[in-house]
Amino acid sequence: MSDPILTLAGVHTNIAQYHILQGVDLVVPRAQVTMLLGRNGVGKTTTLRTVMGHWRASGGTITLDGMDITQLPTSAIARMGVGYVPENMGIFSDLTVEENMVLAACRGKPDPARLDWLFTVFPPLKTFWRGQAGTLSGGQKQMLSIARAMIEERRLYLIDEPTKGLAPAIIATMARALRELKDQGSSLLLVEQNFAVARALGDAAVVMDDGRVIWAGEMAELARDAGLQERLMGLNVQAEG
Amino acid sequence: MTHAPEHAPRMAQAALRDRLAPLIPFALVPLLVVAGLIAIPSTSSWLTLTVSGLAMGMMIFIMASGMTLVFGLMDVINFGHGVFISVGAFIGITVLLMLGHMTQAPSLLLNLTAMLVAVIAAMLATGALGWAFERVIVKPVYGAHLKQILVTMGGLIVVEQLIIVLWGPEEIFLTRPEALKGAVTFWGAAVEKYRLVAVGLGLVLFLAMRHVLRHTKVGLIVRAGVENGEMVEALGYRLRLVFVGVFIAGSALAGLGGVLWGLYQEVITAHMGQQIMVLIFIVVIIGGLGSVEGCFIGALLVGLMQNYVAFLEPKLALISNIGLMVAILMWRPQGMIPVVKAK
Repeated sequence: MSDPILTLAGVHTNIAQYHILQGVDLVVPRAQVTMLLGRNGVGKTTTLRTVMGHWRASGGTITLDGMDITQLPTSAIARMGVGYVPENMGIFSDLTVEENMVLAACRGKPDPARLDWLFTVFPPLKTFWRGQAGTLSGGQKQMLSIARAMIEERRLYLIDEPTKGLAPAIIATMARALRELKDQGSSLLLVEQNFAVARALGDAAVVMDDGRVIWAGEMAELARDAGLQERLMGLNVQAEG
Repeated sequence: MTHAPEHAPRMAQAALRDRLAPLIPFALVPLLVVAGLIAIPSTSSWLTLTVSGLAMGMMIFIMASGMTLVFGLMDVINFGHGVFISVGAFIGITVLLMLGHMTQAPSLLLNLTAMLVAVIAAMLATGALGWAFERVIVKPVYGAHLKQILVTMGGLIVVEQLIIVLWGPEEIFLTRPEALKGAVTFWGAAVEKYRLVAVGLGLVLFLAMRHVLRHTKVGLIVRAGVENGEMVEALGYRLRLVFVGVFIAGSALAGLGGVLWGLYQEVITAHMGQQIMVLIFIVVIIGGLGSVEGCFIGALLVGLMQNYVAFLEPKLALISNIGLMVAILMWRPQGMIPVVKAK
């Protein structure tokens, strides 16, 4: 395994009276796509939110490129080159597509060359450039949310369910975009419920259950072993396709 | 996995009703003005009342705009916002009294210079007070609405008492600068000069605020922060700093509003901010919490309604704006231009 870009060691997160993450140990290798898998409610989204500092870890350490970011504010973590796409996409509905993108370029104005590249990856963004983001379809909103994270080069992307509820054609567009990110040398940690997408995109896989990591290894190894999938995630692979 | 087909998206045309719905609030002010024209028998009285209502509305907007943004950005309910109005009025009027030789001179330039100095002094003082208020009173109670109400009310009482200690408990009566006294006549209607100035100033401030919010990056951050502060932080912006800036700007605007309101009423008291807070709350609520445009429309409606009803049926004047709020909230429970919150 290549050197890690992100490491979580014994991370605990409490939200009100609930103890959600109960000692998460997780390593995200550099320049690879790591899939964070598991049933609903096992702590995948909480893991991403804890890394981003939206919820403060009550125990353990989170390191990004060797630097302890456990207690850093969200904005500082983002400025270290972490792009985050939340499960609800986090689109600013009252702003136009253009304004969403301009805002996402927090180091200055968007780079025109990178913007052109994003238009080729996500053509609807160009079509609706001056339209209000709230009027986009679900798939277009998801494209905008991912494009927003991609508007500047990041070293790590945390993306929560990028294909949730999307049509197969849009899922293919998403997958292509995420592969391009990986090809550019970025590292990705993706929460994904669609095992077919995970299998197609992932280099590494981490499976969570009950607030802990219960398995970590090569995605290909998990994809090969139907018994392991069923044991870890209750998946019936044939039914999943 | 298949390759995505070429996208050829088309924007479906929304139904006429859906396209018009967001524009309805903007039509309410002209509609109320026309209703006033029909209900008020004399055109000259209608014109006088309309200018008076617009002037009152503009001043309320100036005082309320900061409060609606503060609520929208950080969910902070600041019941102490009125102190910035009172402090602004006292500082500004004190400066004007000190510059009496300029305000009483028959020179428009000297009068306006004195007013500018007074306004700047009031805004600087209330901006600084706003910074201290946020640090000491508001910051410890983020996320706790009940505590915010109690502690900001407490802050209001403390500052009001400080005003009484410094300036005394009596009302201070004042006269406007020479050039702003009297009225001009349009189509037989006497319109006070000061009210015209207040309308002009309010309009300029609204347009400036709108420009900042729509065409600058800071404005983008504020608008996005009102909708989803968490996501703004995830993009790398320190929303807390933006919030403190908005709090200071909102306090300074309330101070400016206090000077204008004091000159409008020609009397100031330590409790003047607290008294006008009722109207400010109505404006912020009916406009839609966090919406500057909603706040602007709401303020004009409140100003016009108060003036028309006070003329037509004086006994109903006190409850006219409560009635307006009830009617608007029954129509749009989130206010006229609700801000979508994604928190």
